[in-house]
Amino acid sequence: MSQARSSLPRTIAAHAILIAYTIIALFPVILIVMNSFKSRQAIFRSPLMPPTAETFDLVGYRTVMVQGDFFLYFQNSLIVTVVSLFLVLLFGAMAAFALAEYRFRGNTLTGLYLALGIMIPIRLGTVAILQLMVASGLVNTRTALILVYTAQGLPLAIFILSEFTRQISDDLKNAGRIDGLSEYRIFFRLVLPLLRPAMATVAVFTMIPIWNDLWFPLILAPAEPTKTITLGVQIFLGQFVTNWNAVLSALSLAIVPVLVLYLIFSRQLIRGITSGAVK
Amino acid sequence: MATRIKKPFRWHILVFLAPAVFVYTAVMILPLFGTLQLSLFRNAGGEQAFVGIENFRALLTDPRWSASFWNALGNNVWFFVVHMLVQNPIGILLAALLSHPKLRFSAFYRAAIFIPTILSFVIVGFAWKLILSPLWGVAPNLLDLVGLKSLFTPWLGKAEYALTTLSLISVWQFVGIPMMLIYAALLAIPDEILEAAECDGITGMAQFWKIKLPLILPSIGIISVLTFVGNFNAFDLIYSAQGALAGPNFSTDILGTFLYRTFFGFQLQLGDPHMGATIASMMFFIILAGVCLYLFAIQTRLRRYQF
Repeated sequence: MSQARSSLPRTIAAHAILIAYTIIALFPVILIVMNSFKSRQAIFRSPLMPPTAETFDLVGYRTVMVQGDFFLYFQNSLIVTVVSLFLVLLFGAMAAFALAEYRFRGNTLTGLYLALGIMIPIRLGTVAILQLMVASGLVNTRTALILVYTAQGLPLAIFILSEFTRQISDDLKNAGRIDGLSEYRIFFRLVLPLLRPAMATVAVFTMIPIWNDLWFPLILAPAEPTKTITLGVQIFLGQFVTNWNAVLSALSLAIVPVLVLYLIFSRQLIRGITSGAVK
Repeated sequence: MATRIKKPFRWHILVFLAPAVFVYTAVMILPLFGTLQLSLFRNAGGEQAFVGIENFRALLTDPRWSASFWNALGNNVWFFVVHMLVQNPIGILLAALLSHPKLRFSAFYRAAIFIPTILSFVIVGFAWKLILSPLWGVAPNLLDLVGLKSLFTPWLGKAEYALTTLSLISVWQFVGIPMMLIYAALLAIPDEILEAAECDGITGMAQFWKIKLPLILPSIGIISVLTFVGNFNAFDLIYSAQGALAGPNFSTDILGTFLYRTFFGFQLQLGDPHMGATIASMMFFIILAGVCLYLFAIQTRLRRYQF
């Protein structure tokens, strides 16, 4: 790079803006987590101070553990997210392979049909989805949520994965065909392993909205045994609105797992976005 | 001779496509059409009666519905305008700074600024509600530090500020998405073009406005349409921060919360699936109109450059 594009004052200004915005982005998160470890008095007297030996208090976490069934909610969220993710990736990769690999009548049309869901949110069909779930007796089951999230995740997954499937070399697949592999084995043995990096990207994109969704758990599965963590936290916050220790602890408990996952996958996510997976 | 052997039907294509097409059709496409269909009926004494576009007429003109509908639509438009005016320029600015090749710690900034985007609306809504609460006093304390304490009011509790405040909270949460997409687009600009610009003496700000901005316009277009779809489909943030009644006095009511209240009922009003479906259909038409406008009027006019 040439010298003309960087000068000291400009670099300092760039860092100043970025640091300022990073503080804006992180401040609320840090504030919540920090205060969740403090006693009630300290929360109000000096909200901006980190917990000290004097003000350290876990009373909020104890309330959360006693009052809310957070392990159950967490387990529900985990099951729903993991199963939906698995189905989105498997069905998505299969459909993407079919669309990218074979020429058949209706190929483009099928592709367009499946891509429709990228722009039209599934939420708009809620009224009829609820009727469908009532009719099939799936209300208040995790299956209902899994079905909805699978349908929600598929369009984008197919779109991204078929772009990647096209890049896999034909020679490899043809070599497999000459060796007498069936089309199924070519897909599961040759193509699927090569799609792994793309699938990781799709996984992150698919996972975040499912884990964070409030709308469908609220409408399709609000019963106690099927509550997801997002809905559980929402209801807990509503009930304990005046118990600040409990509220802050519940918020922190909801933040931390997502944050840990993000820190593990952020490289993947950012690489996925910047590699032009989403255009 | 030229005897064409009829190819056997390739079952594997069907097997590969079937699960995705089946789930997608059954849980997404059919319910969408089912909702459109429901909006044409009305419940009359336990029987479904076909009423044509009567529900839509009621929604748009009957004073019992239209006041709430136009209020929600107006709020939703403002919600979108704030996003376009604040979120996207900030996203572009951050991306432009981050894409500087010699910038240090850029991976850290990128990861940190993206964190709010991965949090759920419930966390974001409630965390900001606490921060802006006059009870806790974090916001007035911070304003006091810069000598602006007199500016503080309970923003979320006042009808004239609440919607803008919530829009800004949503901007805070989602600024990571335009930042990342623009960042990707900026990285994709080849160095030769920038070096050619430098040879012509175009550097710094001028280079951004004259060279980079035209090249990233398609990405800005995509971000705008994504923002549009996301905003006109929003619900969670308002619901977690202000409840289903979207207070104070419906000043933060948007189409998503209006749909929820109508469909499920609230307080003394019973839920009405048919009017709910009508509102969902209106949202569908609004989003469809926006997407079509983008696809046919904007995307085709944007000049794309092949590198």
